[in-house]
Amino acid sequence: MFSFCTDPSLLNDWFWTACYLTTGVHMSFYMSFLKVLLLLAVTAPVALAFGFGGAMLARARFAPLSWVGKGYIALVRGVPDIAFFLFFVIALDQGIEYLRHKVLCSDWDMPIRQGSDFVVCQAAKMPLGNAAQWVHETYGFALAVFTFAIVFGAFAANVLFGAMRAVPRPQLETAEAYGMSHRQTFWRVLVPQMWVYALPGLSNLWMVLIKATPLLFLLGVEDIVYWARELGGTKTPRFTDYPHPDYRMWYFLALLVFYLLFTRISEVALDRLMKRLTRGQATTGGEAQRRAGA
Amino acid sequence: MKKILLATAALSLTAGMAFAEAHSKTVRMGTEGAYPPYNFINDAGEVDGFERELGDELCKRAELTCEWVKNDWDSIIPNLVSSNYDTIMAGMSITDERKEVVAFTQNYYPPTASAYVAASEDADIEGGVVAGQTATIQAGHVAESGATLIEFATPEETVAAVRNGEADAVFADKDYLVPIVEESGGELMFVGDDVPLGDGIGMALRQSDTELRDTFDAVITEMKEDGTLNTMLKKWFGDDTNTYE
Repeated sequence: MFSFCTDPSLLNDWFWTACYLTTGVHMSFYMSFLKVLLLLAVTAPVALAFGFGGAMLARARFAPLSWVGKGYIALVRGVPDIAFFLFFVIALDQGIEYLRHKVLCSDWDMPIRQGSDFVVCQAAKMPLGNAAQWVHETYGFALAVFTFAIVFGAFAANVLFGAMRAVPRPQLETAEAYGMSHRQTFWRVLVPQMWVYALPGLSNLWMVLIKATPLLFLLGVEDIVYWARELGGTKTPRFTDYPHPDYRMWYFLALLVFYLLFTRISEVALDRLMKRLTRGQATTGGEAQRRAGA
Repeated sequence: MKKILLATAALSLTAGMAFAEAHSKTVRMGTEGAYPPYNFINDAGEVDGFERELGDELCKRAELTCEWVKNDWDSIIPNLVSSNYDTIMAGMSITDERKEVVAFTQNYYPPTASAYVAASEDADIEGGVVAGQTATIQAGHVAESGATLIEFATPEETVAAVRNGEADAVFADKDYLVPIVEESGGELMFVGDDVPLGDGIGMALRQSDTELRDTFDAVITEMKEDGTLNTMLKKWFGDDTNTYE
């Protein structure tokens, strides 16, 4: 990157380090931090939406709907994450390709499953075989977001389901007494009040989600832990201009700092959110706020 | 929500149709990127190594457009058979067990010697603890040899296990170990005799992909005959490596 980096073996420590930390692989490493942050930024709201939907289904008065919601929560919470990530993603990918194959290649005469092989026509490939690498990566990333959202959505659904039931019954009775319909009661009284009960559970989920990103590598998305392991490994001079012994400790130390900082920032943000949500609520916290203000 | 789902489905289908017309097949080459000199990630962040150079040459001769893809070793075969890429060139030895799932070209690297590396001359490689990479022929050999096998996901970790004393020795491809022993400054050394394992290293493809396999097979034969493969082997593995007649 810098002009003095042409022959790293002649450089002193400081310049060597500067050159070393700006190689192409390190750029990929720094990019993977953004990738992880982006994943979290996208996954969290999607998972929350899945959770909200799941909780609404589970509360439905129509029994089959409620079974669907409860089934989703129980099933996904019960399956180990790793199994889910390995099985579900390959199945999802093959499912999409299977559907596209049926639509696009109706004249195909070979079986799709040939022994252990899964073969669809070229046009049905998702993404297409000749697509650029970034398309493949984006597709992998989208699968990752979707899978994370389903898994964490189930946990969020359970939290929200509990929170909805924690809203004091008199609040709802009052709403009904004013003549609000079931729907109005739900959206105007129940939902605004439930967040304060849901937040502790949701904040736990967020913390777990932050640390679950190494699962990404199972999906072929190279996250920060993959790069730290890869870059930190011993490098011999034959294959790199920057040979070094086992540096993994330093890389993982950097990750530790990153995760701790990120956790701290999350805690501060969640605390503020909690204060806002507590305002005017019929809880101990809300009551304390009212007294302090009065 | 339903509308969004339908819209995305429709969008991906139409986009697929638009692109399908212009399709010319790109061969996606899967590799691990963590096994120098066979394959590794260079300073620029690209796949590099013996297999990169060989693979590019094979594609050039076969007039194919090729693209390299990195994949974790553990899931490298499942992703091949579900068509996420089309070939594997990742220092993969040709063995009977693997042949049940995937098809191999002829070998492009002669049957390899595997070797033990330890931190001291008197390391017990027959009854002690030996490190190997998960799902490799070396790990299989150690498991049968009577030594206690500890498995690691990457080759790097197997060597680290010897350095920190967790394992008495590591058992891996000799070519992988040679540069490590040379660089260790006497800390690590070869112990015991070399063990010939497997039928050499070949390119793995789906069993249904016979056409592509025949193409690559023919080009490998061509490169063996005109000596270019031997030149490449010497470049990456040193002058005294095994070459083809």
